[in-house]
Amino acid sequence: MSILVDKNTKVITQGITGKTALFHAKGALDYGTLMVGGTSPGKGGTQVDIALENGSTVSLPVFNTVEQAVKATGATASVIYVPPAFAADAIIEAVDAGLDLAICITEGIPVLDMVRVSRYMEGKKTRLIGPNCPGVITPDACKIGIMPGYIHTKGHVGVVSRSGTLTYEAVHQLTTRGIGQSSAVGIGGDPVKGSEFIDILKLFNEDPDTYAVIMIGEIGGTAEEEAAEWIKANMKKPVVGFIGGATAPPGKRMGHAGAIISGGKGTAAEKIATLEACGIKVAPTPSEMGSTLVSVLEEQGLLEKCVTRK
Amino acid sequence: MNIHEYQGKEVLKQYGVAVPEGKVAFTVEDAVAAAQALGTPVVVVKAQIHAGGRGKAGGVKVAKGLDEVRKYAGEILGKTLVTHQTGPEGKEVKRLLIEQGCDIKKEYYIGVVVDRATGRVVMMGSEEGGTEIEEVAEHSPEKIFKEIIDPVVGLQPFQARRLAFNINIPSELVNKAVGFMTALYAAFTDKDCSIAEINPLVVTGDGNVMALDAKLNFDSNALYRHKDILELRDLDEEDQREIQASKFDLSYIALDGNIGCMVNGAGLAMATMDIIKYYGGNPANFLDVGGGATTEKVTEAFKIILSDENVKGIFVNIFGGIMRCDVIADGVVEAAKQLGLTKPLVVRLEGTNVDLGKKILNESGLNIVAADSMSDGAQKIVELVK
Repeated sequence: MSILVDKNTKVITQGITGKTALFHAKGALDYGTLMVGGTSPGKGGTQVDIALENGSTVSLPVFNTVEQAVKATGATASVIYVPPAFAADAIIEAVDAGLDLAICITEGIPVLDMVRVSRYMEGKKTRLIGPNCPGVITPDACKIGIMPGYIHTKGHVGVVSRSGTLTYEAVHQLTTRGIGQSSAVGIGGDPVKGSEFIDILKLFNEDPDTYAVIMIGEIGGTAEEEAAEWIKANMKKPVVGFIGGATAPPGKRMGHAGAIISGGKGTAAEKIATLEACGIKVAPTPSEMGSTLVSVLEEQGLLEKCVTRK
Repeated sequence: MNIHEYQGKEVLKQYGVAVPEGKVAFTVEDAVAAAQALGTPVVVVKAQIHAGGRGKAGGVKVAKGLDEVRKYAGEILGKTLVTHQTGPEGKEVKRLLIEQGCDIKKEYYIGVVVDRATGRVVMMGSEEGGTEIEEVAEHSPEKIFKEIIDPVVGLQPFQARRLAFNINIPSELVNKAVGFMTALYAAFTDKDCSIAEINPLVVTGDGNVMALDAKLNFDSNALYRHKDILELRDLDEEDQREIQASKFDLSYIALDGNIGCMVNGAGLAMATMDIIKYYGGNPANFLDVGGGATTEKVTEAFKIILSDENVKGIFVNIFGGIMRCDVIADGVVEAAKQLGLTKPLVVRLEGTNVDLGKKILNESGLNIVAADSMSDGAQKIVELVK
């Protein structure tokens, strides 16, 4: 088991004829993802041929619309690489087509576009991950996004993060300790996004194959605090945390549009204090995310069950 | 992106938001001419810098007559204002706003922001205008009222009315306040603002509701569709290294420490600063080279880091996902050679093509200290710059 995606998830790539999209479609196929097609308005009816690392070539059908792609392929998930000016439209098209899951990698979408998207999505069945995120991976089964697949190992620890590279850092620290991951989810660094920590924590909580979770937050907003309160009230599994940006000055946007301390709110110190008050152990440095989890797993007698690669 | 108060007021005026009459002035003569053209007995001379707290720092003066305008304009132009938002080095005043004086009856606060928790635009109001809204939020949060706005229908008149009544705008002026708020919301959404703050909003003796000050911030991701706003950018107000970095699509923020950082990914870049601090060092900057960095981009990043004379050493921390370690290594070697780097350099590489990357560094003949992990690298660079 895992969350969001598995080896049977049929995926299409929106904007598949773009350079970045093609590069990562190949990466997904190399990893074993069931990529079944893509869209590119005006290029419907053509094919893209993707040469894989194992020497074989995959021909993916290209459609004009997501609706057609879904009808023809039975896809339930899409990944979006279209440029920022067109990304909100692409997300809404995915929702309209009734996909279960849309993952938007695109960075730099105007925030008011996301305000409209989030309003449009109310009451719809589609779950959105991102934007401005690395994507979702279930090791050895399905990789949708831009993360390096080889650092992952199949296992029982869930990872959820606002930052791409910090997710890789955490996964790498786990894998080098032989601790595999059930799924790793990057929710993205934008202020208005499809899924928040709590949405993903709920899924990990219900996934019988996930035994523990690492939650990686950063400055800005109050999503980590809300997640901590939710964990305290509902989570049946141990969670360890890390919060980036303890040294960030107020009023400066630290790369991510969402990583900004404004009006004295959203500081790392506040977040760490809330997490700890809710019983979540917080790694003192980003180098210690793995070791902090190990210490908690040991305390709870879960370490042995979580070591999946000896 | 920030703009000046006078520019913000011009933008708001296009949408029908009431603002006092005023003119920008770059010289003392300009200022006097502007005051003369306004023709009001009292004018206000306001320093135009991208920071709040100008009044307390002596950057806002009320002038009665042209002689006083000349005197105050002469004093403020060229002066370096130090406010709580400028940092200790302050900001030099190069522009003034000459504005008609207002007969202020009472001051209020109106702000518009994107609320992350609801994913909606929120308009906030308070009776406690003129002061820092953060202080109001801390000491008397019950005095801040909020209206969450549905993007489909926009700010509804009843919401504006409710907000106006809640903050005790005089009954006879509520309709004017509703018009003001409606126009402000239109400006916010139409121009892709990230913050629109009117502090203070004033009601005047002659029964007007207007913006005495205006702070507008724009979503930099949306500037591609607002050429008119982009033209208002004042490069004098921005850090030169940050401007240089943005030309190469690098995300750089200057800080006051002595350890230069070059990292891929915003989250990792922040965490790298944190870990340097944790081991007793001080980061000189935030720098995210991004996912698609080329040798050229890395070289440029190095140049920007080294243009900060406080930098005593550099820590490169790369987790190569999309970003290949050999590309980073090439860039580091190329930059170090081009710039004749003599300062200590610690490099931690992990991820795609890491062995190739390490090989390039080792064979470069440069004095590069390799690190095995983030914490190892942070400890080494902190030690080396001591």
